[in-house]
Amino acid sequence: MGSEMASDWIRIIVGLIIVLAFSQLNALFLVWLERKVAGHIQLRYGPMEVGPHGILQTIADGIKLVGKELITPLSADWKLFVIAPVLVFMPVLVAFLVLPFDENLVIRDMNLGVLLIFAFSTLSVLAILAGGWAANNKYALLGAIRSVAQNVAYEIPLLLAVLSVALMTQSLRFSEIVAAQCRVWFIFLQPVAGLIFLICATAETNRAPFDIPEAESELIAGFHTEYSGMRFGLFFLAEYTNMFIVSAVATALFFGGWHGPFGFSFGLPGIVWFLLKVYILLFVIMWVRWTFPRVRFDQLMNFSWKVMLPLSLLNLIVTAAVLKFI
Amino acid sequence: MAEQFQEPVVEQIYTLNLGPQHPSTHGVLRVLLDLDGEFIIKADPVIGYGHRGHEKMAENRTYKQFMPNSSRMDYLSGLLYNHGFVLAVERFAGVEVPERAKYIRVICAELNRISSHLLWFGTYIMDLGGFTPFLYCFDDRENILDILDRVTGSRLTYSYCRFGGVNRDLDGEFISMTRAFIERLRSRWTDYHNLVTKNVIFIHRTRDVGVITPELARQYGVVGPNLRACGIPFDVRKSEPYEVYDRFDFVIPTGTKGDALDRYNVRLEEMEQSCRIIEQALDQLPEGPHINEVAPFKVKPPRGEIYFAFESARGLTAYYLVSDGSPYPYRCHIRVPSFGNLQVLTEVFRGTLVADAISILGSIDVVIPEIDR
Repeated sequence: MGSEMASDWIRIIVGLIIVLAFSQLNALFLVWLERKVAGHIQLRYGPMEVGPHGILQTIADGIKLVGKELITPLSADWKLFVIAPVLVFMPVLVAFLVLPFDENLVIRDMNLGVLLIFAFSTLSVLAILAGGWAANNKYALLGAIRSVAQNVAYEIPLLLAVLSVALMTQSLRFSEIVAAQCRVWFIFLQPVAGLIFLICATAETNRAPFDIPEAESELIAGFHTEYSGMRFGLFFLAEYTNMFIVSAVATALFFGGWHGPFGFSFGLPGIVWFLLKVYILLFVIMWVRWTFPRVRFDQLMNFSWKVMLPLSLLNLIVTAAVLKFI
Repeated sequence: MAEQFQEPVVEQIYTLNLGPQHPSTHGVLRVLLDLDGEFIIKADPVIGYGHRGHEKMAENRTYKQFMPNSSRMDYLSGLLYNHGFVLAVERFAGVEVPERAKYIRVICAELNRISSHLLWFGTYIMDLGGFTPFLYCFDDRENILDILDRVTGSRLTYSYCRFGGVNRDLDGEFISMTRAFIERLRSRWTDYHNLVTKNVIFIHRTRDVGVITPELARQYGVVGPNLRACGIPFDVRKSEPYEVYDRFDFVIPTGTKGDALDRYNVRLEEMEQSCRIIEQALDQLPEGPHINEVAPFKVKPPRGEIYFAFESARGLTAYYLVSDGSPYPYRCHIRVPSFGNLQVLTEVFRGTLVADAISILGSIDVVIPEIDR
């Protein structure tokens, strides 16, 4: 009993260290990738100076951010203001605990893993609200308000889309959901849910064309207008880590997780397939960002409540009916 | 912990200070917005941050010395302003201009108009949140700047025109570069239309947004593409043709509703029309001197006044010059198109969302230094 407890603890601590290292490195890589993708879409090269093809650019930027002064506005609610960037990063780390990178490569394979991820990723909106409110800046406040409204609106169709997958597998455990897709990925069985999930996930992570909480041309920088130095850096890293998590969840729920296409693994280990799919999804998200203009706030809301929600409900009902009668 | 009692909030209206350092106010415009949530109750543009006193400067310089100032009011269509000023003074002082110079001026002015519209296109889409078309446009615009750089020697603030002609003659390289550019620009329309015009998000962001009715436009003196988007085909190049514009076959594109989408379409079509003008001018380009060598060195218009209107990239622009017979203008007033175009915003902004306000401001295409002068 005692030794089992000890091995459990070791597993958690080692897992946490790996998660911290991976999420940070991954975010650094994603920032670089985003700039490269943007550059090549826009007929330029992107970062080229620091390291081969600018791969170390983000590290240089990170060092610069750490060295910068942390400015707290005089009129800000400083307690909330300081805590918000920390708060925004915590749920992100928790989500890594249940992500199934491979059949046996998951820190904690909980039977409520899917629920845990969405429960915690919802928390980050609180941090955004706290940050936007505490800064005592009208632009930041507007950004925070928009962010909350948007997250509430898109959480519901997102969860309904996930629910239809959960109905099919009768489970909220990631390993079981992925195992059920060893032949056919759920994106082919649940194309509507998959599409809804991807759109909502883009909105959840505040990415273009749904990046209205930080709409640069309107709200300057939205909720993190007043943040400087590494506090801003944390918001920034959290955004990219969030992107990774939604892509990973989408991979696990709809794109067959660690399985190769149609059950053929081509000799590659599961983690390679998993990460490959995640990065392809991430590339798509970036591609979308640098192609589309931003939607307007009310249009975004209408789209969620009037299109996405009925569609996901309908999809859920159809799924349930099909499962019941077949 | 003693909590201070706070009066319950009755008034939900708050003021947002948009600018003068906001990323999308295009220069140093400040707009005081009274907001109810995200809806604008009242908008109050504040101008004057870029005031340099160009009009007063004109009174202390000879006409020739004022030439560099003329292109620094609207930095996006500097050559058009330069052209207009030279035309006004030439008409005032009665300076003869050779035929070739007239064509050269028209070609360069229209190139400048295209570059101004291209920049507007890019920044407008950027206001709407799409960053990529901006760099595509700048790639195209770079070509124009290279072409104009070759003949005028500068890339933004041109002092190319002279009283009685232009500074430098066109060469074969210029002509082939211009023709190649027009061909290239035309091949780019498909890209632009696929990227932007047909984009459903773009259409939803611009259709029925910021409607300027013809009545409103007349009241506030809205001119240029904004006026034409309301359906009024007013263009100084057609209504009072100056230079050699009456010799070219081009149409004035108009819109129907006067919304942001119409303004967008009108500007895009205007670029095509400018291409047509340039092509015709290149075909008709006569031989001869590029400057009137016998023009007086010191321009001294007779006592009196002149009002000369021309079409800049933003609409009807005019120089009003008063002379007391000396080589210095007694008064130089400039009627700028952006002033009227900006004024109408107070009406148009009412009841719109903040996001739309940015979109409308971008679609109007104001250049603040031109208003502030």
